[in-house]
Amino acid sequence: MPFIPHTEEDVRLMLAAIGAPSIEALFDEIPAGLRVQGLAGIPPGLSEMEIGRLMSERARQDGQPLSFLGGGAYEHHIPAAVWAIATRGEFYSAYTPYQAEASQGTLQLIHEYQTMISSLTGLEVSNASLYDGGSAVAEAALMAVRAHRRSNSQRVLLPTTVNPRYRQVARNTAGGQGLRFETIPCLSDTGSIDPAALAAYAGEDIAAVVIQQPNFFGRLEDVDALTDQAHALGMMVIAVVNPTSLALLKPPGEWGTRGADICVGEGQPLGVPLSSGGPYFGFMTTRMAHVRSMPGRIVGRTVDLEGRTGYTLTLQAREQHIRRGKATSNICTNQGLLMTAATLYMTLLGPTGLARVAEASMTRTAQLVAALSTLQGVRPAFAGAHFHEAVLRIDRPVAGVLRALEAEGILGGLDLAADYPELGHALLVCATETKTDADIERYAAALGRALEALRAA
Amino acid sequence: MSQVPVELRYAKTHEWARLLPDGSVEVGITEHAQAALGDLVFVEVPETGRVLAAGEGCAVVESVKAASDVYSPIAGTVIAVNLALAAAPELVNQDCYGRGWMLRLQPASPAALAGLLDAEAYGGQLAATGG
Amino acid sequence: MNQTLEKPIFEYSRPGRGAAAQHPPAPSADAIGRAAIPDALRRREAPLLPEVSELDAVRHFTRLSQLNFSIDTNFYPLGSCTMKYNPKACNQYAMLPQFLGRHPLAPATVGQGFLSCMSELQDMLKEVTGMAAVSLSPMAGAHGEFAGVAMIRAYHRARGDLARDEIIVPAAAHGTNPATATMCGCSVKEIPVDAEGDVDLDALTKAVGPKTAGIMLTNPSTLGVFERKIEAVARIVHGAGGLLYYDGANLNAILGKVRPGDMGFDAIHMNLHKTFSTPHGGGGPGAGAVGVSARLEPFLPVPLVGSDEQGHRWLDETDRPQSIGRLSAFMGNAGVLLRAYIYMRMLGRDGMARVGEFATLNANYLQARLRDAGYELAYPTRRASHEFILTLRREAKEFDVTAMDIAKRLLDFGIHAPTTYFPMLVPECLLIEPTETESRETLDGFVEAMVAILAEARSDPARLKAAPYTMPVRRLDDVRAAKHLELTWKPVQ
Repeated sequence: MPFIPHTEEDVRLMLAAIGAPSIEALFDEIPAGLRVQGLAGIPPGLSEMEIGRLMSERARQDGQPLSFLGGGAYEHHIPAAVWAIATRGEFYSAYTPYQAEASQGTLQLIHEYQTMISSLTGLEVSNASLYDGGSAVAEAALMAVRAHRRSNSQRVLLPTTVNPRYRQVARNTAGGQGLRFETIPCLSDTGSIDPAALAAYAGEDIAAVVIQQPNFFGRLEDVDALTDQAHALGMMVIAVVNPTSLALLKPPGEWGTRGADICVGEGQPLGVPLSSGGPYFGFMTTRMAHVRSMPGRIVGRTVDLEGRTGYTLTLQAREQHIRRGKATSNICTNQGLLMTAATLYMTLLGPTGLARVAEASMTRTAQLVAALSTLQGVRPAFAGAHFHEAVLRIDRPVAGVLRALEAEGILGGLDLAADYPELGHALLVCATETKTDADIERYAAALGRALEALRAA
Repeated sequence: MSQVPVELRYAKTHEWARLLPDGSVEVGITEHAQAALGDLVFVEVPETGRVLAAGEGCAVVESVKAASDVYSPIAGTVIAVNLALAAAPELVNQDCYGRGWMLRLQPASPAALAGLLDAEAYGGQLAATGG
Repeated sequence: MNQTLEKPIFEYSRPGRGAAAQHPPAPSADAIGRAAIPDALRRREAPLLPEVSELDAVRHFTRLSQLNFSIDTNFYPLGSCTMKYNPKACNQYAMLPQFLGRHPLAPATVGQGFLSCMSELQDMLKEVTGMAAVSLSPMAGAHGEFAGVAMIRAYHRARGDLARDEIIVPAAAHGTNPATATMCGCSVKEIPVDAEGDVDLDALTKAVGPKTAGIMLTNPSTLGVFERKIEAVARIVHGAGGLLYYDGANLNAILGKVRPGDMGFDAIHMNLHKTFSTPHGGGGPGAGAVGVSARLEPFLPVPLVGSDEQGHRWLDETDRPQSIGRLSAFMGNAGVLLRAYIYMRMLGRDGMARVGEFATLNANYLQARLRDAGYELAYPTRRASHEFILTLRREAKEFDVTAMDIAKRLLDFGIHAPTTYFPMLVPECLLIEPTETESRETLDGFVEAMVAILAEARSDPARLKAAPYTMPVRRLDDVRAAKHLELTWKPVQ
C-alpha cells in the first residue's frame, strides 16, 4: 500500500490490542446514513514511474518561453545551493518550531532572516514572514490602524502606483474589519504619486498612506518628500518595496526625516522560483515601538537553563492560538520554507552580489527600453528614473501585439489595459540580470516584425 | 486565597480602584489576576488625556502565556500613567496594589466607585470561582 | 541530531569574501546601472548581509538543519497537524523546470499542463469532500477559513439579510476560528460541548437566531472524536437561517469514509499540507483550498480554474461578479497545489480511502496501549478519530508533573512532542496524532517511551521537570526572551 507500512500481521495485532473486530468497526460512531461508499470520481492510483511520466508531459506542454514579464514577480538566477539545502528533510518536513529545544535550526535561521530583512529595509524588527506581498500590504494596513496612537481612523490611502493586485487583496482582506481604502492618482507625465493629491487630505483624519518604491510602473518615487508630507498630515507611512532594489535604494527606515513606519513587500525575488505565482512570501518590518502590533511569528534570542544562547518564538501571546477573537491576525503559519530559501539566497549573494543583481537588472531594463523605443510606434510612457521595469506606449492595442510575440516564443510583458485604461495602449516590461544582449535583440526584432505585420493588416 | 485589601473597590474583571485624597482614582489589577497571568513581560498603558467609559479596555497586560485587556472600572479621564511599568512590568507581579499601579483617572462622576464591589464581595466572587 | 550549537552566519563573515560564482559580473564602466538613481534616493550604507564563501554557507545551513526534528528524522505525533510522510516524488515532479519557471502572469496558452493539473485537483477535492465547487487560491488553513466566513457573510448580504453577523464556535474550536470571525467583522458566540465531547444541542438551540451568520465546526472535533450529532446541528443551524462552516483540520480522519458535503456543510477549507501531505516547511507554506455547496458557489474567491473547449484558464471577477475577490497577489500557493495533486494521483481512489482507515487504526491502537499503560484518556468512552487526548491532571496533582514536562522529556527519546495545552478545555492535555504512515514498531517505541516517562514521574519527578537533557539546548527562558527583546543579531561590542 503506497505510504502505509502495515502488514496483515500488524493489522491483526493492532485490532486485537484495541479490541475491535475490524478497521471498519472503528468508524461505528459515524451515523450510517452519512457513510460514503468509495470515491468513484477519483482515478486509480499511479506508481512513481507513471506519475513521473505524466508530470513530465504536463511540464513539456507549458514550454519555456523567453519572458519579459514583471508586475510583482521577477525572474532571477537562483543559486543551486538554495533549494538543495531548503529541501533537506530537516527543513522541508518540520513544522512550526513550537518545541524550541528540538527546532533550534529553524529558529536560528529565522533570527538570521529577521536580521537580514531588518537591515535591508532599515527598520529595527522583522517578523518571520507572511503569505505574500499582497497579503502583507493588507496586514500592514490593519496593523497601522491598530498601532496609530493618535488616531482611530480606519481610512488608508492607496495610490494608483501601488500594484493593483495588492490593492485588491488589501480591500478584500481588510474591508471586513471596516477599513476604508481611498485611491489617490498619479501624475500622467511621470507616473509617480501626485503630491497635491496627498496634500488635499490636510485636516482629515487618515491612518496611513501606502507608498510603493519602485512603484508599479518601475518608477522611483520621491519618497523623502512624500514621507515627510504624510507624517506632517498625521498619517503613518507604509512602504512597499522590492527587496532586490534595496541593495541600491535608500531603505524605508531612512525615508524623509523620520523614516517609514512599516515596510512590507514580496519576497519572491530573493531565491523563490516564479512557479505560477506561489508559494512566495511576504516580508514585514517595523520600528521596535510597534512590535506588539505586528502580526505573525517572531523569534527572539534568549538563554537556556545553563546560560547558553538559544532561540525561541516570542510575543506569542498576541497570536490567535492564545488570544483567539482578540488576536492581531488569524495568521497561523508563516511561509517558512520560502523564508529559508530567501535566507540562503541573501547569504550567497551577500551585499556585493545583491547590488550586482540590482544593477544588472536596471541596466538590462534600460537597454531593453532603449532598443524597443527605436521602433516606430513605441515610446517610453514616463520620464524619470526607473528600477527594472518600465511602461511603453504602443500605437495600437497591446493584446494583439502580445499574441504575435507569443507565437514567436516571447512573453512580451504585461498589458495594462484592464488595470489602467487611462494610460491608453500601455505595456509594462521588465528585464533582469537573466537577460542577454541576444535576448533583447530577439525581442526588439520580433516586436518590429509584429508591429509591421499589424500595420499591414 | 489571594490578598484583597479592604480599603479598595473591585471590578468583576479583576481590576482594583483606589480613591485618592484629591478625588482622583488609581487603577491596577488584583493579586488574583497577576497570579493567573504569571510573569508579566509587557504592560501597555493608555495615553494621558484619554477619556474612558466604564468597562472600556484601557491597558493590556502580557505574559508569555496570555495577553489580556485591562478594563477601566469606572468612567473618567486618564490623568497619569505608571511609566515605570515600561521598563519593569514585574512591578505588577511584585506589588500589584502599590508600585504596580497602572493609571489614575479623574472620575466622570463623584460617585463613580459606588457601582463597584467591596473587598468582601470580590473575595466572595473569587471563592465561588475557585480563586 | 547534531548537538553542537552553530554560531550565527554573520560571525563567519569577512569583508571582501563572497560566493563569487553566484554573482553577476561587475558592471562595465559604461553600464547605465546605478548612475541613473538620483543621489537622494541612493543607499548610503551596505545592508548587513553575510560575506561568506559558498562552502561556508552550505556548511552553516546544513548544520542548522541538523538541529531540527522533522518527519524525515523523527516520529512527530503533533496533534491536529497531521505530520505524515511527505513523498519525495511530490517534491521532485513539482519542481520540474517548466513549472518553476512559469510566470504567474503568463497567458493560459502557456500553461495548459499546469492548469490541467489544477483543474483535476479541483475536481478530485470536490469528490473527496462532497462539495459542489472548489477554489484553490487560499494560501493556508487560516486563509481558507477567512475565505469561508467571508463567503458566508457575502451570501447573507446578497440576500439582503444584513443582520447576520454572529458566528457560533464550540468552546473547543481552533484559535483561528474566533480570530477569523473577528477579521471578517463578525462577533463570536462560544457554546459548550458535553462531557462526551459532542456539541451541547440545548446551548446551540438557544444561541441561534436571526443574527446567526453561521457555525464553525471541526469534525472530527478538536477533542479527537467524531461529532455524532452533526445532522442535528445542521438542522438547527440551517433552520435558523445560518450556514455551516467546516474546518478541515481533521479531514485526514475521515478521508474516504464520510464527506463534509454529505454532513450538511456549506463551506469548508482543506489543509492540503495536512491531509494531502504537502510539506510543512518549518511553518509553511500551507494551502487552504475552499469548497462550497451550490448556494455559495458564486462567492468563491478568484482565481479558480475554468475549462471549456479552448482549454483551461483562470476565472476572475469578470466571470464571477459576486466573488469575495482575490486574496493573494496571484493564484495562491501554486507549487504546493502541484504537490497535493501528485500525492492524490499516486494514492488514487483506493489509497485515499486507506488514509482514513490507517490513520484511525494507528490512533486507536496508541490510545488503547497508553490507556493500558496507565495514562488517563480525556474521552475514555469514545473511539479515537485520527487523534486522541491524554490528560495529565492526575500526574499534575500527585507528582507536580505537567503535560509540558512530559512533552519535553519525549524529546530525549528522539520523539517530537505531541500538541500540548490544546484544546484548552482539557486540563494538562496531550493531543496525539500518529498518522497512517507510521509503522507499528514506531508506535510501540512511543508507548515504551511514555511508559518510561510515567515511571520517572513517580520515581524522580525533579528529573522530568528539568528535561530535556540531550537536545542542543536545555529549556529556554521565555520570559527573558519576551522582556528583553533581541530580535536581530548584533555584533559583539
